[in-house]
Amino acid sequence: MSVVAIVAVACAGAVFGIAAGYWLPPHGRIPTRNRLEPSRRILLPFTGQEISRRSFEAAVRLAKAENAIIMPAFLARVPMDLPLETALPVQCARGMPLLEVIEQRATSLGVPVDSRVGRGRSARDALRRLLEQERFDRIIVSADEDPHAGLSYNDLRWLLERVPAEILILRPAPEDTRRISVNAVSGHF
Amino acid sequence: MAAGVGKTYRMLLEGRAELEAGRDVVIGLLETHGRAETAGLAEGLQVVPRRRLEYRETALEEMDLPAILRRAPELCLIDELAHTNAPGTEHAKRYEDIEDVLAAGIDVLSTVNVQHLESLNDHITELSGIRVRETIPDAILGRADEVVLIDLTPEALLERLRAGKIYPTERIDAALNNFFRIENLAALREVALRQVAEEVGAKRLTTELVGSREESLAAEAPQAVGERLLALVEPHPSAQRLVRRAWRSSQRLGAELDLLWVRPPGRDLGKDEQRSLSALRQLASVLGARMLEEESDDVAGAIVDVATRRGTTYILIGGSRPARGLSRLRVPLPQQLMQHLPGVDVRIVAYRSQRTRVEGP
Repeated sequence: MSVVAIVAVACAGAVFGIAAGYWLPPHGRIPTRNRLEPSRRILLPFTGQEISRRSFEAAVRLAKAENAIIMPAFLARVPMDLPLETALPVQCARGMPLLEVIEQRATSLGVPVDSRVGRGRSARDALRRLLEQERFDRIIVSADEDPHAGLSYNDLRWLLERVPAEILILRPAPEDTRRISVNAVSGHF
Repeated sequence: MAAGVGKTYRMLLEGRAELEAGRDVVIGLLETHGRAETAGLAEGLQVVPRRRLEYRETALEEMDLPAILRRAPELCLIDELAHTNAPGTEHAKRYEDIEDVLAAGIDVLSTVNVQHLESLNDHITELSGIRVRETIPDAILGRADEVVLIDLTPEALLERLRAGKIYPTERIDAALNNFFRIENLAALREVALRQVAEEVGAKRLTTELVGSREESLAAEAPQAVGERLLALVEPHPSAQRLVRRAWRSSQRLGAELDLLWVRPPGRDLGKDEQRSLSALRQLASVLGARMLEEESDDVAGAIVDVATRRGTTYILIGGSRPARGLSRLRVPLPQQLMQHLPGVDVRIVAYRSQRTRVEGP
């Protein structure tokens, strides 16, 4: 092989290397958009400042098993004397940190999260409006939530009867009272 | 801020000072609510008598607008700006009467509680759980030459209430259990302080911009208060976290929050993106943020335009994807923003859950 040919091959290799270096993202990571996108959606509604750890763990287990995305949803209640579109900063100050906690925990466990906020005259109304806007494959609720604070037993029955999704209602577990609360938020949020 | 802080008292003090300075001052309408101190301060000031009206066989007393206009003083003191008049008067609302008085060339001193401002009404109802029915358009306050805040700590106000200086004894317990709770009063105080600060800030900038000696300096006048945040979003699930963080920051700073999505021209959104966009709009609405959408190829340029137009003081952006190809040669967005928006803070929001702990030696 002549010297010219060797130099030409070397130059071509150098050009290819530089181009590849510019084209590929640092550390050879595969761009996020090329990963397998989750297709199933698991809704995890809540109304207060904490949820049962069992609901969260069930959501994470199912999401991992089904390659699903967890969709925690804070259900805000609009008083009857306010317009339905009104901003609710006081309620949001209570609900947003829990969305953050759920997102932080689920993400650290490798489960994707896409949060939602629902708004209605009651928790059920907020959930109904959310379900009208979007499709969910599963809904996970815990029966040991305070029925006066969040979804009542009637609401759970309504979910089972009316909502076209798989509903997972976790039975009360007095022996396991662990909760995930806003106090667990990492950083100043 | 609330009943009993001393609005009427302060109005009368100002009126007396003007009278002593030689101006022609009258009281157009005074509500003493039976407070002897307030009534005492009104002594010596001429009062335009109220007129009596009959409505459904009930005798009512209202401010006599025609009499004030006939009397034509230099300054008229008119209490309770947000009052709703009885049927049969010239206007439905007292602030409309006051507009007539002002139009006749008479200066007016009036009083109002912050919860009566239309734009704050919903917010205060949510804070206190009590809906105030009588409201005035914010523009009325905006037209005032001067706004004076009568500030009193919630503790001092409650002390006054308990001492019977605000309501008669039989109404004290009810008041303490309803509106006069310390958390309500603290929230109202915060809203009132912020509202007046914004009014003063807006007036200062307007005054400086219109007819000042050095308009160019005025245009760059720093805002003493009134931070405004701009969070840059995309229709993607990660934007929710960015918006939450931006909102928390805006709450701490007492700032307004805008969300901006710079949409590439002619781009069709996929189903997931449409859902994310809809969720972002819903989140913005619940949080009280404003969602803005601009169509442009030039992301940095569009952001600079919006930030300049909206008076943004703080920009929040999420971490960007690693650059590839020729885009690596471009100046990164944060640097472009810092270059074109001097004086505006730019913050890149990190993902807390991905933070790694630094091990000690």
